Amino acid sequence: MQTPQHLDAKNGRIVNLDDLKTIAEQEALLKSQLKHRIFVCMGTACQSCQSADVLDSLTREVSTRGGQAECLVTPGGCQGNCAEAPLVVVEPGGQLYRGVAPGDAASVIDSLKTGPVKRLLCDTTAPFFTEQTRLVTEYRGLVNPERIEDYIAVGGYIGLLTAVTELTPDEVIQQVTRSGLRGRGGAGYPTGLKWSTVAKAVSEQKYVICNADEGDPGAFMNRSVLEDYPFRVLEGMAIAGYALGATQGYVYVRAEYPLAVKRIEKAIAGAQRHGLLGNNIANTQFSFHVEVRLGAGAFVCGEETALISSIEGGRGLPCPRPPYPAESGLWGHPTLINNVETYTNIAPIIRNGGDWFAKIGTEKSKGTKTFALSGRVKNTGLVEVPLGTTLRKIIFDIGGGVPEGHKFKAVQTGGPAGGCIPAEHLDAPIDYESLQSLGSFMGSGGMIVMDDTSCMVDVAKFFMDFCATESCGKCIPCRVGTVHMRDILNKITTGEASLEDLAQLEELCDMVKYTSLCGLGQGAPNPVLSTLRYFKDEYMAHIIDHLCPAGVCAGKGQDIRRPACVL
Amino acid sequence: MNSAAPSLPSSSQNVVAAPSDDKRWRIVGATMRRYGFAPSALIETLHTVQNSFGYLDTQSLRFVARSLKVPLSKAYGVATFYGIFRLKPHGEHTCVICTGTACHIKGAAKLLATIDRCANIRDAETTKDNKLSLVTARCFGACGIAPAAIVDGQVIGNLSPETMEELVRRCLKS
Amino acid sequence: MRVVTLSINGQHLSGRNDESVLQVARAHNIDIPTLCQLDGLSTWGGCRLCLVHVEGNNKLVPACVTNVFEGMVVQTESERLARYRRMIIEMLFSEGNHICSVCVSNGNCELQDAAQSQGIDHISLPYLYPERTVDASHDRFTFDPNRCVLCTRCVRVCDEVEGAHTWDVAGRGIKAHLITDLNQPWGESSSCTSCGKCVQVCPTGALFEKGKGAGEMVKKNEFLVYLEEMRQKRS
Ligand SMILES: Cc1cc2nc3c(=O)[nH]c(=O)nc-3n(C[C@H](O)[C@H](O)[C@H](O)COP(=O)(O)O)c2cc1C
Ligand code: SF4
Ligand code: FES
Ligand code: FES
Repeated sequence: MQTPQHLDAKNGRIVNLDDLKTIAEQEALLKSQLKHRIFVCMGTACQSCQSADVLDSLTREVSTRGGQAECLVTPGGCQGNCAEAPLVVVEPGGQLYRGVAPGDAASVIDSLKTGPVKRLLCDTTAPFFTEQTRLVTEYRGLVNPERIEDYIAVGGYIGLLTAVTELTPDEVIQQVTRSGLRGRGGAGYPTGLKWSTVAKAVSEQKYVICNADEGDPGAFMNRSVLEDYPFRVLEGMAIAGYALGATQGYVYVRAEYPLAVKRIEKAIAGAQRHGLLGNNIANTQFSFHVEVRLGAGAFVCGEETALISSIEGGRGLPCPRPPYPAESGLWGHPTLINNVETYTNIAPIIRNGGDWFAKIGTEKSKGTKTFALSGRVKNTGLVEVPLGTTLRKIIFDIGGGVPEGHKFKAVQTGGPAGGCIPAEHLDAPIDYESLQSLGSFMGSGGMIVMDDTSCMVDVAKFFMDFCATESCGKCIPCRVGTVHMRDILNKITTGEASLEDLAQLEELCDMVKYTSLCGLGQGAPNPVLSTLRYFKDEYMAHIIDHLCPAGVCAGKGQDIRRPACVL
Repeated sequence: MNSAAPSLPSSSQNVVAAPSDDKRWRIVGATMRRYGFAPSALIETLHTVQNSFGYLDTQSLRFVARSLKVPLSKAYGVATFYGIFRLKPHGEHTCVICTGTACHIKGAAKLLATIDRCANIRDAETTKDNKLSLVTARCFGACGIAPAAIVDGQVIGNLSPETMEELVRRCLKS
Repeated sequence: MRVVTLSINGQHLSGRNDESVLQVARAHNIDIPTLCQLDGLSTWGGCRLCLVHVEGNNKLVPACVTNVFEGMVVQTESERLARYRRMIIEMLFSEGNHICSVCVSNGNCELQDAAQSQGIDHISLPYLYPERTVDASHDRFTFDPNRCVLCTRCVRVCDEVEGAHTWDVAGRGIKAHLITDLNQPWGESSSCTSCGKCVQVCPTGALFEKGKGAGEMVKKNEFLVYLEEMRQKRS
């Protein structure tokens, strides 16, 4: 890969908007010299389907034909429809090929002259592609995540350099406030408000933390964003650092995401090399450093105070708030904690202005949101829509509905603190408030579709088991309560529960919800409460008739009390 | 460090001697040095130990705790709090089955049952011949291709009980 | 630091704004049940027994870690709080193996006291009957995990006051349990100074002096406040 010449002249440091423009122009020139660019997705799903081999064989095919000068084969990012991995895009033209095998390389290269390979072609006019609004996932994977020039060519770092060279910290916070951006980590706290609290706190040291723990089972938006747009996450953090007067940032990322870890580490090194992280950014007084800290498999560490204990090297135990991290966080200093996607939205907000962002979405929930669509739905993968889009549109238009011959039953959002939303509420617009009023929760954006093959009691038991095993054990209601609730749910699914057990379950739900220390315990009863609210008949079928209507706890029409047939 | 070793390191003598001259301790030492032997480097260092040795034993926990000046009980508390750390070695092959929501809905339980049937092991167990260890994890972000597993570091998606069986048999044979 | 006025259960009181609701309440003889809190140790906020209502806050707040503020209106008793407190104590009984009649702390146990004051004579939750082994390896003390409520008072006193940090918690969730050093028998611990502070602060019969029979172990933890004051004076 060539590096633009002038960067070397300045030790590679990029210090003003003109530098960015020069690079962008050089990239444009480079691009114009190419007839074709082929992007091979290098995300987790595609890599698991051997996309690295596909990349190799395409590269080899091009070079054996001597076409390197006019055809570039490059790693790219996620196209969204991960279920059809590995995915390859050919530009210009934008043909999207799915399920590409290394052996298909020749046909793909042939196609550059003869027209698309029909058998591999994905229909990009399908609603899955046309009905999305891509802001967080802009350029849907058509940038090489490991190349800073690719990012700069699409407007990267204009935000940071504008902020640092042209705006005061206050003005930056004002733009974020005007944008109406709310935290994407779950609770939807107004980002501008959080920033100004930390900015106001008086302290010699402040910290900026990116929460990339993404522990919700069934959610992978943050993974994808980190893998595809690591520079943008760093840019957002640096802008925050400038606005708050912080000089040190941490990305807390789960160790289960090795590729995301690698990408963000590479991006940190790259940004440092170009002076976009480190001392005296843009030759100003502003310095900002970022380090990566690895999680180690504890869901509760997504909770902000637990995350802080974990960065400090301890057990990930939450602490009572107040004090909030904004006043007293990492090592007792004021600390900003935002989600990956929250930071991803920052650079475009500074680049285009807060008002631009505020035009997207609903009155109280601005912008777009990424969702990880999975479960019993035709098109699984990563989707992004403006807030306020209906569930129906996401699941049935974009997602293509449930598999042939099955009936939609519910969609689970919000992870273990969320709930199941039934068919009658499919037309509800998705925003923070409406999901809450339906007994669910925005969460980080996992969206798991269930059909008539899913038993709602089993789903509730699944989440309760999750919470019981992930409970940190510090507070009694969560540590012991989740175990009792799981045991009762277990009794229900094996037909041994009575109506008194159900009453006790409801009582425990109420108690654990209101007495637990942190969001894990407080949210743990929600999957039970929401399934009880919408699917009480399924509970009754288990308790009274000893039947599982979905045929999960035992075959359809079979008594769930009978020991399951062992082969 | 053997138990007869002289007490705690003094401040002038910061570096605790490695338990053996195994080269892997140098990698562990490098991680600790990178973080200036700060107690907060405990988790990062335990990651390095586990990546180098495959697991955390008493000897390595003691070495890391002493080097970073972390109380022993705290090191043990941290090592057992986090799901990724293990105090026992794995078998030759490791199979991680995702039991996250998407994989649960798409039949992760059937995969576990298949492994139980073929290899007679459950979560966190290793076969008697030490060929295969089974662990479960909660979502590695491959939900788009659920149900998913990681076999010897390789993510494999869209698994059926049949392909699972084949994978297990292959691990048990080789 | 400022003096503020507030009301607790309708009583108009004053306190300093760096004091917790619990401190102000206790100074005025208003009883709020606690378990993990102990004067002289850092706060923990884990047992949730001290939850109270604060006007304008739709969440319940732990009195031990919530500071008072001007105009604060606190309610420490309600039917709902009583129900929750009973359930918390029931949960503790169901979680361990508490057999009061044979316990060294019978009659001098904070868990027992709490159960009595909340009027608990039986529990409706099923017992979990965990398997836990007694550690009698120390020559002066015994640790019986069957009676441990994980309040972490021993962990805190050992770390914060004695400075040994022999104790900590291992595992998480329902599997969380106390350990000494690298989960070795207590008697083999290289960090334990045998000072016995952990024994004195333990609210139940989980930590006790050897040789004590049923009901014979009386804990003395007043030394904590005294130590704290003396140390403050010196620094
Ligand atoms: C049990 C629990 C798990 C959480 N997990 C995450 C997570 O994985 N990622 C995340 O961004 N926020 C998570 N949160 C929310 C964070 O505590 C915090 O609110 C968030 O990171 C703030 O960022 P935001 O304002 O950008 O949303 C979790 C909260 C709780 C209670
Ligand atoms: S609610 Fe659960 S996870 Fe949160 S502090 Fe209490 S025990 Fe720990
Ligand atoms: S639920 Fe299995 S990979 Fe996410
Ligand atoms: S005394 Fe307040 S939470 Fe235990």
